[in-house]
Amino acid sequence: MGKTKTADLSRRWEKVKKSWYKFSKNPLSIIGATIILIIVCLAIFAPFAAPYPEHAGSFVNFDEASMPPNLKHPFGTDVFGRDIMSRIFFGFRFSITMGVVVITLAAPVGITLGLIAGYMKGTWVDTVIMRLTDIFVAVPPLVLALAVCSILTPSVFNAMMAVTLMWWPWYCRMVYGIASSIKNEFFVQAAEVTGAGKLHIIFREILPNCYGPIFTKISLDMGWVILIGSALSFVGLGAQPPTPDLGTMVADGGKYMPDQWWIAIFPAIAIMFIVFGFNILGDGIRDMLEVEEV
Amino acid sequence: MRFLKFFARRLLHSIFVLLGLSVLVFLIARVMPGDPARMALGPRVPEEIVEKYREDLHLNKPIYVQYYYWLIGAIRGDFGMSLFTKRNVADDIREFFPATLELILFTGIVMSTFGIMLGVIAARYANKWPDNVVRVISYMGVCTPAFVFAILFLLLFGYILNLLPTIGRLSPWLDRPPVVTGFITIDSLIAGNLVAFFDGLKHLIMPGLALALGPMAQEARITRSSMTENLQRDFIALERSQAIPERRIMTKYLMRISIIPTVSVLGLDFASQLGWAFLVELIFNWPGLSRYGINVMMRKDLNAIVAVIMVIGLLFLIVNIIVDIVVAGLDPRIRLGAERSK
Amino acid sequence: MAERLLDIKDLHISFDVYGGTLKVLNGVNLFMYEGEKVGLVGETGCGKTTTAKSILKILPVPPARIPKGEIFFKRQDVLKMVPKEIQRIRAQGISMIFQDPTAALNPVFTIGDQLMEAIKYSSIQDGLSRREIRKLAIQTLQDVALPDPERILENYPIQLSGGMRQRICIAMALATESQLLIADEPTTSLDVTIQDQVLRLLGVLVKEKETSTILITHSLGIVREWTQRVYVMYAGGMVETARTAELFESPLHPYTQGLMKAVPKLTGEGIAEGISGRIPDYLNPPEGCRFNPRCPHVMPVCKKERPPFFNARDDHQVACFLFKE
Repeated sequence: MGKTKTADLSRRWEKVKKSWYKFSKNPLSIIGATIILIIVCLAIFAPFAAPYPEHAGSFVNFDEASMPPNLKHPFGTDVFGRDIMSRIFFGFRFSITMGVVVITLAAPVGITLGLIAGYMKGTWVDTVIMRLTDIFVAVPPLVLALAVCSILTPSVFNAMMAVTLMWWPWYCRMVYGIASSIKNEFFVQAAEVTGAGKLHIIFREILPNCYGPIFTKISLDMGWVILIGSALSFVGLGAQPPTPDLGTMVADGGKYMPDQWWIAIFPAIAIMFIVFGFNILGDGIRDMLEVEEV
Repeated sequence: MRFLKFFARRLLHSIFVLLGLSVLVFLIARVMPGDPARMALGPRVPEEIVEKYREDLHLNKPIYVQYYYWLIGAIRGDFGMSLFTKRNVADDIREFFPATLELILFTGIVMSTFGIMLGVIAARYANKWPDNVVRVISYMGVCTPAFVFAILFLLLFGYILNLLPTIGRLSPWLDRPPVVTGFITIDSLIAGNLVAFFDGLKHLIMPGLALALGPMAQEARITRSSMTENLQRDFIALERSQAIPERRIMTKYLMRISIIPTVSVLGLDFASQLGWAFLVELIFNWPGLSRYGINVMMRKDLNAIVAVIMVIGLLFLIVNIIVDIVVAGLDPRIRLGAERSK
Repeated sequence: MAERLLDIKDLHISFDVYGGTLKVLNGVNLFMYEGEKVGLVGETGCGKTTTAKSILKILPVPPARIPKGEIFFKRQDVLKMVPKEIQRIRAQGISMIFQDPTAALNPVFTIGDQLMEAIKYSSIQDGLSRREIRKLAIQTLQDVALPDPERILENYPIQLSGGMRQRICIAMALATESQLLIADEPTTSLDVTIQDQVLRLLGVLVKEKETSTILITHSLGIVREWTQRVYVMYAGGMVETARTAELFESPLHPYTQGLMKAVPKLTGEGIAEGISGRIPDYLNPPEGCRFNPRCPHVMPVCKKERPPFFNARDDHQVACFLFKE
């Protein structure tokens, strides 16, 4: 028993090494991974990386307000005299947190439901789960999030909950597709015949076949969740001032267009970069794991 | 005959989903903390009037009764009163919906035509510079939220270059053409008012483009990859070996099969536009359903919120059905199913 | 001396891929005369399809490159032709049957559309009217023994079985009355029970129309029954060629001998042996003879030089240094 396990592990390690080799060959994926790494580091170490960490909260210094980009403040300052670059670094914290929280909650729920529904395809379990999913995806995600968010008190936490609520169905759908198509494959039937329990089949046989699409989707999703989160804060339903959130900053800055363009533009570019990074990363992961169009 | 069955099933499914959606939204709306009646009327109104209002809205009854009343009204087209505009929600919708529809249709036309065009160019010059340019642009387009584009356009074309109008659907000094469809562009054409037509078009460009660029980029990518993939297939090689002119192969045989994935995605992209429209309409002060939606959501105007979501859900459903029909029309594998697969 | 219909000389083809260059064809030599049925046999991945596609110039040329070689069809080099001339060759000179009929037919067009289109552009007769084309289409479908041709014209590929689809591909290839037919593993993707039918049909048609044929396959059995002359291919080059009967009686190249031994006998005697080793990595193929890592008779010269065809016997050539004299 021990021998097969080590052979298994070393084979897995070989696979991982091969995948990594393939990944590293693709220059775009490396760029994406680097961008994300930088952003995550900036987010985590914001208090140290930001030149003016105290500007992240409520801080006022009208002497230095509304300064265009210069040496002291590379991205300029806003109307309260706060350094935009520092605020962006702190804004990354919220963005990354939102992405992580939403996906950590939504993915497992969606995946589990999708697995169950896919494996039990044709039964009432399948119908109930998928109909429920259909209802949630009947409206554009942003719309539902906006509605839910607006009904609850605006806050970062509520925004995260709202987005999670409308995110899980997409995982459910994707996994459902895979699970229902492979549930008739021989290896599943073999497991059934040898008396494996349903839970074992679902999590040990079917789930591993979904890893590729799941990881790709998670990487791409991080970008989208952050995008939606910034949209919510843009309309004031997410982080509240004076918390530095990229979406709120764009909204605030919008008022001072076009003269003090830097207040809105730099946070906007920051948003683009995050999504761009996760997108390229996701594409790289997809190529590496050889997944079809997700 | 199969087609009708397929269609009927879809219809039934859609009705079910709409109903389920209404239940979901209704639950969410009524579950929120606070007293809607009090919020609607304000703090200074005496309690008896508030109580009467509660009675009218059936707010004291159990939630399924409330839903029942709502459903009956909805079927009749009555969604109740809006606390925000103080009139029938149905009237509100009738007023604001065409504006959003016009914007969305404009966006849809732009994103599908240019998206496919860019994808074709990229595939034709695969791996040469036009392809790389299109790829980079598509990447940026996909990653940028519509509201960022909106703000950039506002800055560039609205303020700096002063080329395009920044607010609303029609310049304030022009009269609105008589309402036939509710579309300013079509109505002004019908009335023969070319000035208004071009003015309306000018107002459509920025918000429409802001919404269209993202999906356009997506369509371009999908078209490109679909075309380059299909170019490797044996049926293209066979057609070449039969001396069919290359041009014909590209425009007829390659196109039809490569467009299918693009069209399938159109439905989903359309949906995401409906979402981003909420922000874009806000930025451009576009008097549409989405701007109305944001306003009523901020004010927790429950009747209106539910109605807006239902309308959007319905629109999305219809678009999806249309997309499915078109795809089935293009792809015999779908509409004939695997009758005899080998 | 009869004129050679097809003469491939020293063809090299490489593919540019992500990790480098795949040097697939390493100097292919093949010729045939009019009216012959020549077999091209080799295992999957040895370059048979690449060779076939290059004759018609339907290889995707950006990733593929042809650094060296000539392909003479009726004494004209295909590789040097301008597009107009190629089109003429494709129309009336050469036609091809692909391995997988499902992949070879465009799924979103009807059989009628595709068949009539092929006839329209490839037919010897110019300017046929639509009705005449349709009549011809129905005729060719009947020639391949397909029932109810009118209905089939309206069908889409997905509605037909694999055997039917392959017959349609055969119909398309033969409808144009070309002089050379390249059949790339025409029965590989079909049920065993259908394979024989289709091969027999192909044989009858080819005989009727006096079409010269190259039959590509990995099955020795099919080659033996169907062809007059055979080329054995390995890793991008021809290793042996002879008349079919001669080859099966006395296979000379070590690879060919290995192949013969690997086929289990119907009589059940003896044990089928495989050939040890694997086909080379085309990114870094071995120097000299590409078979040398697996050859039981390998000599030092094999690792340095590539063996050309040596005349071992009458009409029997082997690309192996064992037969240098």
